[in-house]
Amino acid sequence: MSLDARIPSGPLAQKWDRYKSDMKLVNPANKRKFDVIVVGTGLSGGAAAATLAELGYQVKAFCFQDTPRRAHSIAAQGGINAAKNYQNDGDSVFRLFYDTLKGGDFRAREANVFRLAQVSASIIDQCAAQGVPFAREYGGTLTNRSFGGAQVSRTFYARGQTGQQLLLGAYQAMCRQISLGNIRMYPRTEMLDLVVVDGVARGIVVRNLVTGEISLHSADAVVLATGGYANVFFLSTNAIGCNVTATYRAYKKGAFFANPCYTQIHPTCIPVSGDHQAKLTLMSESLRNDGRVWVPRRKEDCGRPPASVPEADRDYYLERKYPSYGNLAPRDIASRAAKEVCDTGRGVGPGGRGVYLDFSDAIKRSGEDAIRDRYGNLFEMYERITGENAYRQPMHIYPAVHYAMGGTWVDYGLMSTLPGLFVVGEANFSDHGANRLGASGLMQGLADGYFILPYTIGHYFASTKQVKVPASHAEFKKAEEGVRQFTRRLLSINGQRSATSFHKELGRLMWENCGMARTRQSLEINLKRIPELREEFWKNVKVTGSGEELNQNLEHAGRVADFLEFAELLCLDALHREESCGGHFRVEHQTEDGEAKRDDANFAYVAAWEFKGADKKPELHKEPLVCEEVHMATRSYK
Amino acid sequence: MNFLMKIWNSSLGKKYIMGISGFLLVFFIVAHMMGNFQVFLGPYWINTYGQFLHDRHEILWPARIVLLTMIVLHIWSAFKLRAENRAARPVGYAGDPASFAASYASRTIMMSGIIIAAFVIFHLLHYALGVRAVNLTGIDFSALRDSAGRPDIYLMLLLGFSKWPVAVFYIIAVGLLCLHLSHGMRAMFQSVGWKWTFGGVSHLPDQIARWFAVVIFIIYTSVPVAVMCGFGKAYREAAVQHLAASAVSGKEVDR
Amino acid sequence: MNLTLKIWRQKNAASPGCFETHEARDVSPDMSFLEMLDVVNERLIAGGQEPFVFDSDCREGICGTCSLVINGIPHGSRKGTTVCQLHLRYFKDGQTVTIEPWRARAFPIVKDLIVDRAAFDRIMQAGGFVSVNTGNAPEANALPVSKEIADLAMDAAACIGCGACVAVCKNASAMLFVAAKVSHLNYLPQGKAEKDRRVKNMVSQMDKEGFGNCTVTGSCEAVCPKEISLDFIAKMNRDYAVALVKGELKKSAAGGVG
Repeated sequence: MSLDARIPSGPLAQKWDRYKSDMKLVNPANKRKFDVIVVGTGLSGGAAAATLAELGYQVKAFCFQDTPRRAHSIAAQGGINAAKNYQNDGDSVFRLFYDTLKGGDFRAREANVFRLAQVSASIIDQCAAQGVPFAREYGGTLTNRSFGGAQVSRTFYARGQTGQQLLLGAYQAMCRQISLGNIRMYPRTEMLDLVVVDGVARGIVVRNLVTGEISLHSADAVVLATGGYANVFFLSTNAIGCNVTATYRAYKKGAFFANPCYTQIHPTCIPVSGDHQAKLTLMSESLRNDGRVWVPRRKEDCGRPPASVPEADRDYYLERKYPSYGNLAPRDIASRAAKEVCDTGRGVGPGGRGVYLDFSDAIKRSGEDAIRDRYGNLFEMYERITGENAYRQPMHIYPAVHYAMGGTWVDYGLMSTLPGLFVVGEANFSDHGANRLGASGLMQGLADGYFILPYTIGHYFASTKQVKVPASHAEFKKAEEGVRQFTRRLLSINGQRSATSFHKELGRLMWENCGMARTRQSLEINLKRIPELREEFWKNVKVTGSGEELNQNLEHAGRVADFLEFAELLCLDALHREESCGGHFRVEHQTEDGEAKRDDANFAYVAAWEFKGADKKPELHKEPLVCEEVHMATRSYK
Repeated sequence: MNFLMKIWNSSLGKKYIMGISGFLLVFFIVAHMMGNFQVFLGPYWINTYGQFLHDRHEILWPARIVLLTMIVLHIWSAFKLRAENRAARPVGYAGDPASFAASYASRTIMMSGIIIAAFVIFHLLHYALGVRAVNLTGIDFSALRDSAGRPDIYLMLLLGFSKWPVAVFYIIAVGLLCLHLSHGMRAMFQSVGWKWTFGGVSHLPDQIARWFAVVIFIIYTSVPVAVMCGFGKAYREAAVQHLAASAVSGKEVDR
Repeated sequence: MNLTLKIWRQKNAASPGCFETHEARDVSPDMSFLEMLDVVNERLIAGGQEPFVFDSDCREGICGTCSLVINGIPHGSRKGTTVCQLHLRYFKDGQTVTIEPWRARAFPIVKDLIVDRAAFDRIMQAGGFVSVNTGNAPEANALPVSKEIADLAMDAAACIGCGACVAVCKNASAMLFVAAKVSHLNYLPQGKAEKDRRVKNMVSQMDKEGFGNCTVTGSCEAVCPKEISLDFIAKMNRDYAVALVKGELKKSAAGGVG
């Protein structure tokens, strides 16, 4: 099967306009005849559901949370990029496009990224009109801040809650459509399978998480907006409920999975404090504007109170290695540097897995009040979690898994390799290439949901012959039976270990062997260990309760079962990609001074994996990445 | 009518009724207080004032009707809201914890209200209706007349508060009233949406509510306290002697 | 450290619930409260017992999913904190801790410590939005919003919809939530056009859901993890009164009834 991304021809800057003028339209009166299923109600899913309903489509929306407003998009703190050039500092669509593409180490699709930059400005207009309380200047205009990886100020924000406020905008738009009867909302409902009839996505099988009831839903198109898979590492900054189940089960039904090895590790998280830990908490990247990162020069000093380590015995390693960017080096680079110093035994805190983020110089320079003004809420959060006062002693930080750049492969129209299955937001393999820049995740989710999918899905409806397939079709029954069997199997094992213990063990394997630095050897260990662990899971997992009630244990076990398969795919992809780029660092492929070494000659492609059956090796398909307008430069932050 | 029903049927509407009726009752409390305060000006002032009110039926009756309506509305909305609030939490928390971070006044608003209502009934029997059984002096207050032949309110106050249980009950009731007001007025301002920062004072209406309650308490209790401290003692004793004398001689009380 | 836990167990909305006592042995003061419950659950599973179900998702204090009443106080006694960010170092070794679900008629219990807060969604659906379709929006800077108003709207919009205000209120009133939502949009010029309709519809839906009334005790403000101010309730009361009166005036101007 050839991978056709269906990128419109013509100059980069005209592709999206050309697509829009060439696409086929659905007559307004006919739109209500089309049913669309949207799974996931974060920024991309919420925006898509609302916009499709506004257009007149009949939408059914599903989420596993108790209300669509709680999707994990809510946790984004920093902001959202847009090429508005309000600051008159030379920003433009092209510059945003180029920064994003470069930030992703040139492993994203050029045309998609350009389109993202193009629609970014409309997102801000839309959100402001919805009542998103963006930060403002005294004159009443919108204000901006700068963010990593850019030399212009183009990030819009709403205090420390940009994600929540944007999500509330989409949620409110959904609420309006729900009240108008255009969206039927199914909260606390989890998608457990995709139904494919004659090679076309036709519906889903879901489980009501309260009653355990399994139901079938058919539609003319299915949109997955189910977020990323960072929880395959068990400990991540993702929410407890984030999972890969929807996209992974779609993968098993024929939707190719692209670039799973691109995972982002965020450098400024609160370190792990013990075995009990369920998740990691991110501290905003903005802290690195004033904090200096260091570890003791000598191992022996690691146990000493930080204040007693003299200046000369401190190693400000980011400033040392990257003099021009210093503490503001991009996320992937700063994370790796932290791991390196900890690997030499100079890490601080529990288990030697932490580095200091020290504000004492900034406090000396600008005073404690100024620092409190800038970061007060973050310092409070830090104190809540660790019980330490970061005005008096340096923070402990360590990198943690944060975001998944990989995801379901989609074409320019956001459709997967299965016709009728669209994937948006973090769930698709996205526009971020091998590394995502700060403040562009929100941008992509909303771009997909508000401004791209509503066009492309209409084109799909208008340009392909549509036949209604009812949920009584044999394929639906088959999928339902599969789901029931899966649940029965989990409940019948009655072994010795909880699903959480398997998840933790998987997470440790992934973090140790497929985390910030990967080697052929470490990946091969995982490729051997993961199937063993999976086998043990299916023999020895213990799931209490029944399937006919609210059973969090069962929900989690099902998700872990999928992670246990997906992790193998991730490692396989990481093993095959014999280069280092963005979030994927292969120790074998580095420059003399330890920087990532990309191999454009052999690896400038999207790796899309096709499921070939259980226990069979998936097949690799390549979509070559061709940069028509820009040169694939080497990223340097020295 | 439809409009009134709309107000009555909504939760916020009932709070408006509660707040506005309370507000009008506060006006009465202020007017009453000003009346009481005239006791310090001597018998002539206060008795003249009493006679004035008494003779003006065109003021007295409308005022009484409004007052009664407000009392009914205030109590009615209180019980209606209370019932709804109870229904909103059918199962309570373990150990029935006290309302978190709530002021004493707010937690006891219903209790203070009920005790005030009981006091008001006593107070009416005591002074307005002059029921001899409740004033503990054995004197018929309604029969008291001053030298001009008017009802002697001045003497009635002196006699009334000369009995310490009455005075203490009065002070407690006024205390509860002020507790009730300190929360009630704040809640009233909140219910109708008055919560401004003015002249550098944040939440000015809240501050007004608090200080108003304190001022009301001081002024109202000043009368029984003064009487117990000996204010008007000579006048009272003279009157009591006179009353006793006239009771013996069976003459009309006329001073 | 060790804790004795009295945890609410309830099979579903229809069946009665009761407290069960469990010991949390050898837990670390660095754990969050929910991580401690994870540990207790793991031990229950190992012993073949049913774990307790409780809601949580982001575990960083922003999604508003977690909803436990700890010793009578929603989210526990730490100011401005959700229960997922409450750490055991604020408890005493050997302490007995009572854990209950939100209790309100409008939030029926689903199971154990999980309640159904769909009433909040229905209130939002009644009017908690700006009626603007995607693509309708004018250029964002075409409508200036003063910084004071934007900040005020943001203060209100910070609400995470957890429902602690309802849980703590002695009347199980949803006023703080509804007021935050109404105020957020009613303050902003973008939301002004449908200000009256919004407040009337949202309040009417709130009443239908069976929440209690506000008696201005201030418990909600004190317990709110985002420290939403009681002032927004005053703002909503004001807006509602204006909307009622304006609605009547319009009707009489149109010469019609109802």
